[in-house]
Amino acid sequence: MKPVTTFYTKDQIWSILEEVTDPEIPVLNIVEMGIVRDIIIDHEKVTVQITPTYSGCPAMNAIENEIHKKLNERKISEFQVKTDYSESWTTDWMTGHAKKKLKDYGIAPPDKTENSDDFLTNLKGSQKIVPCPYCDSMDTNLESEFGSTACKSQYYCNNCDQPFEHFKCI
Amino acid sequence: MSTFDKIPESYEESLTEILLRLADDRLIHGHRLSEWAGHGPELEEDLALANVALDMIGHSSALYRYAAELEDKKDEDHYAYFRDDIDFKNVAMVELPKGDFAFTILRQFLFSAYSYYLYKELIATVKDEQLNGMLRKHFKEIQYHLRHSREWVLRLGDGNEESHLRIREALQELWMYTGELFEMDGTFKAALSHGLFVDTTSFKTDWEKLVFETLDEATLNLPEKDQYMFSGARDGRHTEHLGNLLAQMQFLRRSYPDAEWK
Repeated sequence: MKPVTTFYTKDQIWSILEEVTDPEIPVLNIVEMGIVRDIIIDHEKVTVQITPTYSGCPAMNAIENEIHKKLNERKISEFQVKTDYSESWTTDWMTGHAKKKLKDYGIAPPDKTENSDDFLTNLKGSQKIVPCPYCDSMDTNLESEFGSTACKSQYYCNNCDQPFEHFKCI
Repeated sequence: MSTFDKIPESYEESLTEILLRLADDRLIHGHRLSEWAGHGPELEEDLALANVALDMIGHSSALYRYAAELEDKKDEDHYAYFRDDIDFKNVAMVELPKGDFAFTILRQFLFSAYSYYLYKELIATVKDEQLNGMLRKHFKEIQYHLRHSREWVLRLGDGNEESHLRIREALQELWMYTGELFEMDGTFKAALSHGLFVDTTSFKTDWEKLVFETLDEATLNLPEKDQYMFSGARDGRHTEHLGNLLAQMQFLRRSYPDAEWK
């Protein structure tokens, strides 16, 4: 006997996927982060295309498992989650709303990425300024390029004396 | 593939070899970095080295997974855990023991600078959509590794007597392993003809310029250009250190091949 299946439209699946959050930044869901690239429905088979954020991000496995869980809960029997590398994820894909949520959560959001041709010139230049997510002061220092997770660097605000994290722009 | 195998001929064989060579460099280097976890000189650096390790192992994992698809292997673990030292094609530089912090940082700088130029050229050359996407993705992270390690080279070289001495010794030890980065052997030449690799000698001068400028700024004496260079690891003729590394890295997986994380 064929298992009972329910049919969903593409839009419905997009909204189911909005329930999947990043385990390390639970205020953001994977749709607004730009992790879900496409949903393809071919007959009854659903393909969810995702792209990894940071190469070494251990959250990607958890995210994939969570997608499986959510789709199974909805009794979608035929689906696959495919990792696609053809376009490389950038923080520019994060929605404005997502960036605001990050800031409210206490993480300084990424701003627009720089052209990588400028990299060697900037290598020797000064660091960019990241405003404090708590008090908006520009008087902050980079403490470390690497933070508690692959996607964050550590800053310190000299105005409100608070350490804070910044979501790296890539 | 190992020393006794032939040079790949077809486009697909070449693609697999390039994936494996790029991945081997990054897995072995990443493993050496991971040995710092819990041993960093300060908390920030402990985290930084672990983060870079995670990136590099992540890079290798994506590259291996793609090779596994092409070669019809189960998954990326096949390459990481079930091959012997002779099958690994990483350069010797990345398999050397982690040494002290100065050694680790200088190796990172030399290798990240090489990766920076190599990836830049590869991105402009490689037509394969999946590989090119991976390279573009990894390139962004390589820039973080390069910036981080370069700043530490400056700080250690131009720091105090002890830090200067340590990084100077690291430079003396590491320099003879830099020649291998730019060797173009038969496998690379075959890949070059398929548009899957680039002529590494074309960016050697750029690499030297960046490295020498940094060393100079760090008040370190520049290495002599014409000195003995180690060679052979790309053919599977490794230093004795790789065997020890693999014994540790592969032990659990080989003893319990079907074990799973629960």
